[in-house]
Amino acid sequence: MDIYIVGQQLVNGLVLGSTYGLIAVGYTMVYGIIGMINFAHGEIYMISAYLTAIFLALASYFGLQSVPVVLLLVLFATVFLTALYGWSVEQIAYRPLRHSNRLAPLISAIGISLILQNYIRISQGARNQGVPPVLDGVWRIPSSAIDQHFIQITYLQSLIVVTALASMALLTWIIHRTALGRACRATQQDRIMANLLGVDTDRIISVVFVMGAAMAAVAGMLVTLNYGSFDFYIGFLMGIKAFTAAVLGGIGSLPGAMLGGVVLGLAESFFAGFVNSDYKDVFAFSLLILFLIFRPSGFLGVPEVEKV
Amino acid sequence: MSSRVSRALRVAVVALLLFAPITGLVLSGYQLSIHWQRPLWLAAAVLVGYFTLSWLMQHLGWLDRFAASRSAVQPTATIGLSGPRPVWIGAAILFALLLPFVLGKYAVSVAILALIYLLLGLGLNIVVGLAGLLDLGFVAFYAVGAYTYALGYHYFHLSFWLALPLGALLAALFGMILGFPVLRLHGDYLAIVTLGFGEIIRLVLNNWVSVTGGPNGVSVPFPTLLGLEFNRKAKQGGVPIHEFFAVEYSSDHRSLFLYFLLLIVVALLILMVIRLKRMPIGRAWEALRENEVACRSLGIHHVTVKLSAFGLGAMVGGVGGVFFAALQGFVNPTSFTFFESAYILAIVVLGGMGSTTGVIGAALLLTVLPELLRDFSDYRVLSVGIAMVLMMVWRPRGLRQRRRPFFVIPAQDLPKAPVAVSQGVAEQ
Repeated sequence: MDIYIVGQQLVNGLVLGSTYGLIAVGYTMVYGIIGMINFAHGEIYMISAYLTAIFLALASYFGLQSVPVVLLLVLFATVFLTALYGWSVEQIAYRPLRHSNRLAPLISAIGISLILQNYIRISQGARNQGVPPVLDGVWRIPSSAIDQHFIQITYLQSLIVVTALASMALLTWIIHRTALGRACRATQQDRIMANLLGVDTDRIISVVFVMGAAMAAVAGMLVTLNYGSFDFYIGFLMGIKAFTAAVLGGIGSLPGAMLGGVVLGLAESFFAGFVNSDYKDVFAFSLLILFLIFRPSGFLGVPEVEKV
Repeated sequence: MSSRVSRALRVAVVALLLFAPITGLVLSGYQLSIHWQRPLWLAAAVLVGYFTLSWLMQHLGWLDRFAASRSAVQPTATIGLSGPRPVWIGAAILFALLLPFVLGKYAVSVAILALIYLLLGLGLNIVVGLAGLLDLGFVAFYAVGAYTYALGYHYFHLSFWLALPLGALLAALFGMILGFPVLRLHGDYLAIVTLGFGEIIRLVLNNWVSVTGGPNGVSVPFPTLLGLEFNRKAKQGGVPIHEFFAVEYSSDHRSLFLYFLLLIVVALLILMVIRLKRMPIGRAWEALRENEVACRSLGIHHVTVKLSAFGLGAMVGGVGGVFFAALQGFVNPTSFTFFESAYILAIVVLGGMGSTTGVIGAALLLTVLPELLRDFSDYRVLSVGIAMVLMMVWRPRGLRQRRRPFFVIPAQDLPKAPVAVSQGVAEQ
């Protein structure tokens, strides 16, 4: 086993894992606060990929050249609009079901996910879409390497890891250091009590959906720039993978989401590299099932206690 | 009034923001083609729709009814039967029997598909509607059934009549193996695990090329009836049915045969479900759905009760799969995507989760309507999604008010409580 191949898989896994982690945040926060699996979250990610491509094309339409300016503008526009989508989905499909039975929001979420997929398919067409390469260039370690003996890191890959870490840090700061974050944590611990103490819990739930969607938008933009191609169906697979990451880390836990993402990314990339790349999705889903059966609270989660 | 206008305007602005980039700027290559009218029309539609709806809700008392229909359980105090009247059942059976002779060949092919979906809907209804377990990988059991027949024929020359019970058993076995560890868990996890399982089955079928043929699929022969074949010339070592009965060969025979066979299977399943609902196990399913903690404290073993529902549902899915394989004459993994699961779930949801008549209606609606509205096929899935959300928001308990079967004591037998007590005392 070549050390460089191992190192390369490590890099790939880390990059993949940070995007899983960013999307997993949306699942874990929503689950933490209202105990519901937001099935439509993968589609929110898919929409952000389309928005990224649209805004990139718009930027080139207006003749913007500077790469950092374009990337920042696209990031802000994509995050804002994706968050608006997340917010609207909550308003339309989940808020009216707040006091309904347990199954209703799940089914409503599947409905929303069908709606979003086909809304994109009808308005943007079913074909594969792409973005032009924006940020080229690679680092090689060691830089003087010949043949296959090096680890390659593209600028985009490092941008993904750095941006993911920065967004997670920002989110952690919001949750732990601001009044809004305190209200979020209070609502997560005890919704009724938080409401009695003057926290507008409905608003907090909306905020959580917005934050989850924003993180998914960051991931959507980075992955789109990295892979360059996408279609209206990408949200499904990414959604399950990110949910797996959330479960691995312990659903409801914010650092757990990131940890789970990285673990899943590494596991998947090593499996694909050294065992069989055809079955890497099967491997990820089996990991999900095994974890749910044997350790449903994941690495960092707390076991759920059912209260009457 | 003015607040309603301003609220509607705000909603329209949000709608415009949402629609503008996606519908107004269409990607073509790395360029954009601009359709600036589309988001404006959509936003205008949202504005008008929101305004009208909120006006109607306030002025026609819809708001109250809307709130009332969402409250949890509404037992209706009607005395009598819980199903539709016998007259209607008779009419439906008569219609089903006469359909091939009245409406012709095309209608039969649509009806066969509708019956397969009905079968699957009834199976999933046991799991989702009655037992309240959200199964998002139902298509996995459907695939197990279909591939049991296809691969069974390919490797062991398994006949349809053997594949039918075997496929059902295998699917049930898969359901049990999957369900047993998972059913102990928190309810929502089941949805995810079944979703993952469904994808695993599909991916394995797709990637294990040496056994399943991968994306190229496997061909399946048409079933025989007591050794009689439905081909022009005998291919499976039997006698063609038209030679046996000395009639002209017609390709209609196959679809007629499949139609009536499915009709019998569906009728048997409906009878079984109706019986099961009244049996202790059926009551335990519904009770578990309503309140698991209460049921467990009353001594119902939640895992075995759930497992029975899950396994039974999977078994029906397997039967549906065998029929699907026989109908198509060919199976490949593209028939078993998550979308199929979602579509079957939509049938159960639109039928009102747990109501057998509702599922029948929804299955027919969701298979016949797309056939009639071929021109709008692009919007088929979109409208299924919208219908699912609307159903959940508007009437999570189903379109039809469900009536539970209950026992009615005839009026003359009712004890007149105070009198009875005083008599009892007097006799002592």
